[in-house]
Amino acid sequence: MSTLPASTSTHSPLRWAVSDVLTIARRNLLTLVRIPTAMVFLIIQPIMFVILFRYVFGGVINIPHTSYVNYLIPGILVQTTIFGSVGTAIGLAEDLQKGLIERFRALPMARLAVLAGRTVSDLFRNVLVLVIITGVGFLVGFRPDGGFVGYIQACFLMLIFAYCLSWGFAYVGLAAPNSEAAQAMTFPVIFPLTFASAIFVPVAKMPGWLRPFAINQPVSQTATAVRGLMLGTPHGQSTWIALMWSLGAILVLAPLAVNRYRKVA
Amino acid sequence: MPEYAVEVFNLVRTYSDGKVRALDDVSLQVPTGQVFGLLGPNGSGKTTMIRILSTILSPSSGKATVAGFDVVKQPNQVRRHIGLAGQNATVDENLTGFENLRMVGLLNHLNKAYVVAKSHQLLDDFGLSDAAHRTTTTYSGGMRRRLDLAAALVANPPILFLDEPTTGLDPQSRQDLWAIIEHLVEGGTTVLLTTQYLDEADRLAKQLVVLDHGKIIAEGTSAQLKAQMGTTVLALTFASTDDALRAKPLLADLSTHPANIEGTVIELTVEDGPRVTADALRRIDAATISLSGLALREPSLDDVFLSLTGHRADDVTESDVAPDERRERRRAHA
Repeated sequence: MSTLPASTSTHSPLRWAVSDVLTIARRNLLTLVRIPTAMVFLIIQPIMFVILFRYVFGGVINIPHTSYVNYLIPGILVQTTIFGSVGTAIGLAEDLQKGLIERFRALPMARLAVLAGRTVSDLFRNVLVLVIITGVGFLVGFRPDGGFVGYIQACFLMLIFAYCLSWGFAYVGLAAPNSEAAQAMTFPVIFPLTFASAIFVPVAKMPGWLRPFAINQPVSQTATAVRGLMLGTPHGQSTWIALMWSLGAILVLAPLAVNRYRKVA
Repeated sequence: MPEYAVEVFNLVRTYSDGKVRALDDVSLQVPTGQVFGLLGPNGSGKTTMIRILSTILSPSSGKATVAGFDVVKQPNQVRRHIGLAGQNATVDENLTGFENLRMVGLLNHLNKAYVVAKSHQLLDDFGLSDAAHRTTTTYSGGMRRRLDLAAALVANPPILFLDEPTTGLDPQSRQDLWAIIEHLVEGGTTVLLTTQYLDEADRLAKQLVVLDHGKIIAEGTSAQLKAQMGTTVLALTFASTDDALRAKPLLADLSTHPANIEGTVIELTVEDGPRVTADALRRIDAATISLSGLALREPSLDDVFLSLTGHRADDVTESDVAPDERRERRRAHA
């Protein structure tokens, strides 16, 4: 049966690890191509949020120094990337449920590649979504003054934040009994973080008991930094605080996820 | 390759804090270049054994080596020497057949050109080339199993683990898979196969162990096992339970193993089917008991179990089944 030479190349373990991560990421992205409806829904939701806040609530929300649409779109982008990283939980839960993770464990591949490949493909998906929602933002009147460099810096910042967060969702995905439960389990985390935040409205108008949380929580800091970078307005230390949150998140969440991965299956 | 492709010493695997012993002190040796069968019903520990040997699950105690490498201490070496396929046919539904094979080949760290060529060759060999570029959601059950087996073969592993490869397949697909497995063994591959079917073990496996509740209850060649329990089962159906009870003492000495009675049916394990049948009919007739049905059949796994353990193979209660096997079964039924 084997007329071909058995030809294992001789790369270093690190190169193989990178190759494994890319193989898994590519496989995940093929799923995106095969089931385009999943991508459509990923984009429809933020578009509906844009319409809701821009045209339904936006009229009664006054933002000093800028229009509400300029305030809103950076927030929507942050929200969208965070929702995108929830996909990590769903994807891993599905792979686990279908027995694919077991199959991967019997292969001589890098141990971490299943988790890293998943987070990398979700990062790539977030890049796509960012581009699309930015386009939608421009269509509804978004005109940022922060320049191209500020815009790109803002995009990097939220992608980094969402990527680090996705390791936490990787843990959820591996802990959940199935993908439906995984999605439900992320909700109590996502909801307060995105709505009790500076994503849609300034936190200054929130009641006193909620304000300390709303101001200091990581999503608000990220949203404030992203908005400041995009609009070219002062945003204090929020960029650095957001980066510190990201670093802290990945340092805590990645070992949790890896440890969980060792135990499952 | 060492003399034994797989060696297992006093392997134990417990679940639920030791309350369930999925494998209970099992030792076995699989000679290189043969098909070795693990025969047993659901929950007997077959899948647990395969999962430990393929490094997916760690043993609670004991030792196992595959291709001479320790499954706990040298898992990556083990993984380079094995292929795994089974009843769950774990193929990625969102990928095409070709993409599935390519992914497994690349994750085995083979070079790209080789993986592409080998994938096409396997798809050809297994009659899947027409479906190579369709997603596997469109595949039939038999096609999925063949693809799963092809994926296990991309890296040319010298040792193949097949976990109930034909469970749930139609007869033609079973025959096809059997032929493929036989062809592989001719090429020098060692196969460790689990099955619930005696005919499958009989056809493929040179040596067998029979597992029950995590323990080996019999071992030997298929012929030895059959000789141990008679070659044929004579099933006699009576008009009433009363008649069956009256007939049983008349027939008991014809059976090589204790005759089994269930309702109106008596089952005898016999050496020489036709002669014993004639004998049994004469005795029943002489006692003027009326017979409503009669059948001679090959012994099933059920019969092996009945004669080896005194209980039927499907007597396993859900609590006896290891958690992972329960999950597997749910998945299989889904």
